Amino acid sequence: MELAMLAFERPAIDWHAFAPELVLLAVGSILTLIDIVYNERARRVMPALAAVGLLATLVPVLTLAVDGADRSMFDGAFVVDDMALTLKALFLISGFVVVLLSVDYIRDGDYHENEYYSLLLASLLGMVLIASSRDLITMFIALELLSIPAYMLAAWRKGGATSNEAGLKYYLMGVFASAIMLYGMSLIFGVSGSTQFDAIRVALDTGGDSAPMVTLGILFVLVGFGFKVSAVPFHTWAPDVYEGSPTPITAFLAVAAKAAGFVALLQLVFVAFSGRYDVVEPFFWIMAALTMTVGNLMALRQTNIVRMLAYSGVAQGGFMLAPFAVAGQATDSAIQAIVTYLIIYAFMNLGAFAVVLAVAKKTRSGEISSYAGLFSYAPGLAVAMTVFMAALAGIPPAGGWVAKLLVWRALLDASSVQGTVLAVVVAFNAVLAFSYYAKVLREMWMSDAPDGDTSPVSVSGTLTLALGLTVLATLAFGVFPQLAARFGDFSASFAL
Amino acid sequence: MQATGFDAWAVSLVVFLPLLGALVMLAVPSKEEETHKLIALVSSLGALAAGIYILVQFDYDNTSELQFLVDKSWIDVINSRFIVGVDGLSLPMLILSLVVVPLCIVYSWQHIPEPGNPKAFLMLILVLATGMNGTFVSHDLILFFVFFEIVLLPMYFMIGVWGGPERKYASLKFFLFTLFGSALMILSFLALFFVAEDPSGTALNTFDMRALSQWAGAGLSLTTAVVIFGGMFMGFGIKVPMFPFHTWLPDAHTQAPTVGSVILAAVLLKLGTYGFIRIALPILPRAAEQWAPWIGLLAVIGIIYGALGCLAQTDMKRLIAFSSVAHMGYVMLGISTLTTLGINAAVFGMVAHGLITGILFFVAGSVKERYHTLEIARLGGLLKAAPRMGWILGFATMASLGLPGLAGFWGEFPAILAAYQPAPALSEELFRVYMVIAALGTVLAAGYLLWLYQRTAFGEPTEEFADLEIADVNQYEWLAWTPFLLAILAFGVYPNLIFSLTDDTVGNIVSAFGG
Repeated sequence: MELAMLAFERPAIDWHAFAPELVLLAVGSILTLIDIVYNERARRVMPALAAVGLLATLVPVLTLAVDGADRSMFDGAFVVDDMALTLKALFLISGFVVVLLSVDYIRDGDYHENEYYSLLLASLLGMVLIASSRDLITMFIALELLSIPAYMLAAWRKGGATSNEAGLKYYLMGVFASAIMLYGMSLIFGVSGSTQFDAIRVALDTGGDSAPMVTLGILFVLVGFGFKVSAVPFHTWAPDVYEGSPTPITAFLAVAAKAAGFVALLQLVFVAFSGRYDVVEPFFWIMAALTMTVGNLMALRQTNIVRMLAYSGVAQGGFMLAPFAVAGQATDSAIQAIVTYLIIYAFMNLGAFAVVLAVAKKTRSGEISSYAGLFSYAPGLAVAMTVFMAALAGIPPAGGWVAKLLVWRALLDASSVQGTVLAVVVAFNAVLAFSYYAKVLREMWMSDAPDGDTSPVSVSGTLTLALGLTVLATLAFGVFPQLAARFGDFSASFAL
Repeated sequence: MQATGFDAWAVSLVVFLPLLGALVMLAVPSKEEETHKLIALVSSLGALAAGIYILVQFDYDNTSELQFLVDKSWIDVINSRFIVGVDGLSLPMLILSLVVVPLCIVYSWQHIPEPGNPKAFLMLILVLATGMNGTFVSHDLILFFVFFEIVLLPMYFMIGVWGGPERKYASLKFFLFTLFGSALMILSFLALFFVAEDPSGTALNTFDMRALSQWAGAGLSLTTAVVIFGGMFMGFGIKVPMFPFHTWLPDAHTQAPTVGSVILAAVLLKLGTYGFIRIALPILPRAAEQWAPWIGLLAVIGIIYGALGCLAQTDMKRLIAFSSVAHMGYVMLGISTLTTLGINAAVFGMVAHGLITGILFFVAGSVKERYHTLEIARLGGLLKAAPRMGWILGFATMASLGLPGLAGFWGEFPAILAAYQPAPALSEELFRVYMVIAALGTVLAAGYLLWLYQRTAFGEPTEEFADLEIADVNQYEWLAWTPFLLAILAFGVYPNLIFSLTDDTVGNIVSAFGG
């Protein structure tokens, strides 16, 4: 064998396309280095560095967006297009808000600070990468890159039993889901002979004789991601993990990690499996209907705000899964609905967690009843929470209504019986959901403060910034829906 | 034709000035209560001024044409546009809403209910005003939906924070009922977006009410149309409210603070009936013909049920609330006849009911404030204790029972008359039966209203309150109430003030029914 054949030949690399990942990697490495060199003395600057690093990562994302050209590398395994950029920006901004939420919590809780931010950035790197991955292996690596730091972050309150439980539970369920998913991927690879999504699509379109194997493979992969996005019946880990984790990490898991799962599902369903909508659609129909209904019914019974938000997140996930049920019949409007929902959901949910953090600082409690009389002593926080609850419930003019509207639109666009029935299921659930969001509103506005304690809540500068950002975005999306919806218009990205 | 110059801003001013006022109030500390009252009053009067400008500049020879029209892009991705304008159908409703809000603010000057906080209370009223005014001028289904929904949260808080002892239950019930209706309504709107197509078969894909009314369900299968109409029926019918969805209303009204009840009765309920006339009938006329007998049936059940409910009440405010169910029944009966006479009567009935029930709730609120109870059995002798208020109550009850010469008459009588000969597609026998039942309802109405008046106003004050000094109508109350009283009288004596406005628009709608 000639030596020349064995020599490694570097594939062409488009450095510009790779720039966001590289910048984020660099910032993460710098944080780790600073930690090694300066150790505890670096604690003060870590959150600021992480925040600046995330903003710096947005710069190449913006230059790529301005440039506008679609870029593809590594035989199509890594793609930069409008949708990838939009989702990267969403992850980075969510990460930025999570850093804002973390500053006080991590400092005051006397937890390890330096490693916290490095791990957060590592997880975000995985998310930024998953938005571009168009290949089973790249996607799996990105997924593990975002998950493994998250397992550790969930257990960051080392002293607390619940946090340890959260970390362990999240880890075990995550690994279990990965195993199922990998098995599915291996089946698909076996049939199609490729890990690359476009090639899989072509192979699945034509490979008729191995249909049962393909169906099994697709279902295993989708079930694996069902765990990641906490879809019913694979949701059981979510409430315990959310309740036990440090609250900023809960926000991170509920928003960014969930969005990452949806981003992967988008690529899989609309590219790799787009020839097999006959398998995908009924699967998602059942999962969506179950997820929103069970999530809402469970949320109704919660008395702890974080658990309630966890179940509400499950239910919201159900709304986001619904358009997948008409993936083949109304492809464009389904993609638009899911992406727009992800964008709006990120802001309204992060905002709700910001309020939870601010209030918990005073009340030291996660019970919904501890919100009693909030309007009388912290009207600003109460109004902000009202905006987020209204948004989550889908009441105009707060942003959430646009998200629900687009989901309904996608379901009806399919003009099929299944689509219409699911739309009605969504409608019933939307009403059901309001009754538990109203619980919080009722406590805040209509009940008296417990023990007459109306001392004001002190809200730190970073939390105020996070609240300001999320309130503004939530209201702006509601009043000028075009702002969010235009980012969901990706008919071009999936033009096959 | 789009409006230009100031005309292009007039409708937007009407809608958004109150919201602007609320935003300004946000910046003012809540201690400065007088400033808040002033800002609220000024911004609502500003909106009224813009409304009066529209009233003056309105082209009364073309009442069916959309005037002060603005058509701008809004949500391009779903082709929903910011289309606002005023025609003969929206104008009376808009003016009603514009007049009621500042009067409610004037009334609130001295009557901020427990637990106080005029800043928040008045801000909610202003947000409500934006929602209500916006609903009456929108001509895009999504825009309409947004304004229709914006009123929910302020009213929820108004009942829930400033309401009576059962306020938490009542506010949630109000919200969930309405939300359920509007969730189905928006599904119907979206369905229209996809099913409407022009004669050549290309999809219209629009939420523009003008285009959809022109399409009017052409080529759509009757079953689909009936189902889509059903979604809208739920949305509008719950808001009206029609029997059997009316149960939220007595609770909401009884628990709401006075001003909340007034706004709820005077304007919010009309959003539902307005929706029927503006959206449901013109866009799906064939389905409307299928639904009309059922709507008529529910309407007459509402009339009788509401009246019987009234007779069973011991609480004055709850009685007025049940009378709303009955009165809205006449409005819906008028609509269900699908005739020019019936729908004109319905629009008149909407305005008249708004004014009459509004003043009734005002008086009930003031009575409650003075006696600290609305238990009819404990009241009595109002004419002796506070003669002016007693006479105003008498005037309002007379108007409410439909005395000719006052506004209430012109909403009820033509609606009953219209049922004698409904649109050609409807069964004459059936609607004549409805007519008889509705006529019986007026007798019952006279019964419960006179009974109410007799027990509260006649005779001597009860022992319990015999020694109590009851203040008569004060200046704020005079200021807030006089316009109501004058309008009830004016519309009663010269109903053509409204009929001449609505007639052409209604005629256009009814032309689809061959009426």
